[in-house]
Amino acid sequence: MPDTQQLNDLVTQVRRDIVRMVHKVNSGHPGGSLGCTEFFVALYNEVMELNDGFDMDGTGEDLFFLSNGHISPIFYSVLARKGYFPVDELNTFRLIDSRLQGHPTTHEGLPGVRVSSGSLGQGMSVAIGAALAKKLNKDNHLVFSLHGDGELQEGQNWEAIMYAAGNKVDNLIATIDYNGQQIDGATDDVLPMGDLKAKFKAFGWDVMEIEKGNDLEAVIAGLNEAKSRTGKGKPVCVLLHTIMGHGVDFMMGTHAWHGKAPNDEQLEQALAQNAETLGDY
Amino acid sequence: MKKYTYTETIDTRSGFGVGLAELGRTNPNVVALCADLVGSLKMAEFIKENPERFFQIGIAEANMMGIAAGLTIGGKIPFTGTFANFSTGRVYDQIRQSIAYSDKNVKICASHAGLTLGEDGATHQILEDIGLMKMLPGMTVINPCDFNQTKAATIAIAEYEGPVYLRFGRPKVPNFTPEDQKFEIGKAIMINEGTDVTIVATGHLVWEAILAGEELEKQGVSAEIINIHTIKPLDEEAILKSVAKTGCVVTAEEHNYLGGLGESVARTLVENTPAPQEFVATQDTFGESGTPAQLMDKYGLNSEAIIKAVTKVLKRK
Repeated sequence: MPDTQQLNDLVTQVRRDIVRMVHKVNSGHPGGSLGCTEFFVALYNEVMELNDGFDMDGTGEDLFFLSNGHISPIFYSVLARKGYFPVDELNTFRLIDSRLQGHPTTHEGLPGVRVSSGSLGQGMSVAIGAALAKKLNKDNHLVFSLHGDGELQEGQNWEAIMYAAGNKVDNLIATIDYNGQQIDGATDDVLPMGDLKAKFKAFGWDVMEIEKGNDLEAVIAGLNEAKSRTGKGKPVCVLLHTIMGHGVDFMMGTHAWHGKAPNDEQLEQALAQNAETLGDY
Repeated sequence: MKKYTYTETIDTRSGFGVGLAELGRTNPNVVALCADLVGSLKMAEFIKENPERFFQIGIAEANMMGIAAGLTIGGKIPFTGTFANFSTGRVYDQIRQSIAYSDKNVKICASHAGLTLGEDGATHQILEDIGLMKMLPGMTVINPCDFNQTKAATIAIAEYEGPVYLRFGRPKVPNFTPEDQKFEIGKAIMINEGTDVTIVATGHLVWEAILAGEELEKQGVSAEIINIHTIKPLDEEAILKSVAKTGCVVTAEEHNYLGGLGESVARTLVENTPAPQEFVATQDTFGESGTPAQLMDKYGLNSEAIIKAVTKVLKRK
């Protein structure tokens, strides 16, 4: 059983990082980042098998691909606090000459990032490619990916979803951040996508849901369950029910904070709701 | 004029197929992907010999580019295969973000480029692909002229680390370059030394440039002919050296004059030693159905068009 107190401290600290990062540069995407905090903390600290250090090929370890690259604040914070790069570097988020670009890239050589993302809909294909390379290399590790629910409106996803099932890419766990929100509003208002679970199933995936996507223990248990379903001839889809903006009350459950930074007063409110635990960067 | 002969006419795409098959035998990291055009891309031999290293993606080019990018993570060297149109314009953003900006070692191999795709018509005849690809930072763009050179280029790009666009075609064309040639990316090949005009040609237009050079010689014009198989990085030194001698240049390519080899040559000259230039290329137009020969005649992409351009540029010296 994981030390959930320590991980919950990390969750709180990471939430502070997220709002401080976007506040400092008055730009970035706090909503989806906050909603996925438990997922990232669980993935990098409890679920994935990781080597020490970083090399691009990632042989002999699990890999993660972030497809909805705009939630870079959560990605950067968790990577830094996992030790991929100095936590202090979070100060450079979105600034000129930084490795922490608005959307994650490999171009500046930031450890932990294996592909650029931000132009939506491309990450699942890349994750499939990496999963196929693992099979060719007889590397018995897994590939994880994260996608926004709104992102599934991009057609390339469905090419990838069809391919992964048709070719039994069963070392892949694709998680959908199922928060029901996108920039212009609720996904059901912008473009209703219907029953995502039924859609993935119809394409031939093994689909499971994590109903409490902002409950750390539930997320860990769910992702471990997903791991146990790999290697059985089907790619695994996790529908992760999250609340956008979770952990900051005035940001919760609305698309309004998709890509907007808090002002000074709002930052103080947000930080007051997430007490410093492991030390601010 | 140096004499060029050939024993057969054969398509450049077959040079790709033979080169890929050889890579399959010599480089265990080479993998191939195709979007439902295995026959057109001549990939059958590679597939037969390396079934586990071939990925049939189906008619889903965007997914193919992403999967190729992912396969590099783990050390594979992916070669994607489809028509030039579907290798570039259809998937530009996938190439831009997942391959070029991500510094992925993917070889984008594109057949049926240009007008010589023929009867299928303009929907499939891309004349903008060189421009699209050369604008991507870090992308190498190669357009070999015949079977032997395409085979050599295919083998060479596996040894090069970085994204490459390799463009070739469908029609049977003279196979006149040496069978055992070593392909050097970015290195122009001197076809014929001359003094009056420089003809810089790429792809299928290189043979047309040779025919033009032979005719021009009869008219008393000494043409220096350069085969530019690599459009990016461009062998600027070779071009500048030649034009310093001849004082004028004709560029020839099966591509729109906007964005192609001609513009790269013009930029090079303007930045160094400006000289009169004529462009043998399509004139900002789409193609149409027809036989390859009919199309190259109608759109002015043959030896006659090169001769006309030379006559014109000589008057501008």
